[in-house]
Amino acid sequence: MMKCEEVSKELIAYLDRRANSAERRDVEEHLLVCESCRARAVEFRKLWSVLEEVPVEEPSFGFDARLRQRIAAEPKRRWFQWFVPHPRLAFSIALLIALSVLVAKLPQPKSGSNLATVQAEDDQFQMIEHLGVLENYDMLSRSEVLAEVPPAAAPQTDQQTQEPDDGGGSL
Amino acid sequence: MTTSDVQLMLDVKAGDEASFDLLLRRYRTPLVNFLYRMVRDSATAEDLAQEVFLRVYRARKQYSPSAKFTTWLFRIATNLALNSIRDNRHRRMESSLDAPLDEEESAPRELPSGDMRIDEHLMERDRCDFIRRAIGALPEKQRVAVLLHKYEEMDYGEIARILECSESALKSLLFRAYETLRVQLAPLIAQPARPGAGEGRP
Repeated sequence: MMKCEEVSKELIAYLDRRANSAERRDVEEHLLVCESCRARAVEFRKLWSVLEEVPVEEPSFGFDARLRQRIAAEPKRRWFQWFVPHPRLAFSIALLIALSVLVAKLPQPKSGSNLATVQAEDDQFQMIEHLGVLENYDMLSRSEVLAEVPPAAAPQTDQQTQEPDDGGGSL
Repeated sequence: MTTSDVQLMLDVKAGDEASFDLLLRRYRTPLVNFLYRMVRDSATAEDLAQEVFLRVYRARKQYSPSAKFTTWLFRIATNLALNSIRDNRHRRMESSLDAPLDEEESAPRELPSGDMRIDEHLMERDRCDFIRRAIGALPEKQRVAVLLHKYEEMDYGEIARILECSESALKSLLFRAYETLRVQLAPLIAQPARPGAGEGRP
């Protein structure tokens, strides 16, 4: 048989007729032999009647109107919010994408050694480009500019071939 | 045939404002009463009830009928009421640092003990006020349980979901609450207001 402590857990469900048949039987068996629990059960029923004495409070006259006013003051959702339900998140993602594109388009920084290499390659390319002209003896000998150079200043012939790009004037 | 709460809420979700009005008419009085019995201030109870409906309206587009509508509604109401009670308690504690409390605020009102004549007390306070005070003096969770069980006639499963506890824990909670009320309201139980009272049902 159930003890008083065990019955206390099921007593309310028994009194409000929500206990199942097994629980009802257990409680009824206990109430038959326990006077204090029986008295408590009677008092609980009386208590529920007492609690019913509290009148129902009606909402004030302007309750609905005030609620309607508050609902009308709610910010409306705009059409794009259906596509972008979380504007802050969407803005963050857009900003991240824009920054990524910007960083990718920036020119890559060059180091000092790289710059020197590029300059040297450029000089070499220009020299190769004009090499045909400088090695053409006929063209150089017909040049009016070189003809004005005094013969005394002309260097040795073997030097001319060795240094074709210094503009030497004995040609 | 009465349209179910879930169907009305689904209609509100689809943009039918009239269904929201029906839900409002159906639940404004139970909500105001529940909140009034929780916070014991009619203006605060109405403000909180409005806040409950406003939250339901705001959440209409995300509504999915996964639980009973009343479970959702009264869970919002319970959370708002408990927050309001705690905020109010906190404010009163803060004000007590600056200004002395009057007698009314500083000490909880004593309920009459069983050996006192009930007539003496009822000369100053009527029975309803006496009952409200007894309910208001219950610990918060017990108070919610009693209000939903006695006045809203919810089943144990629904109350347990609102209070986020097991049904077994709820039964213990209800027993402790009614046991406290039985002792506190013993003078009224011994002297029923209406003839034939005593066969009350929750």
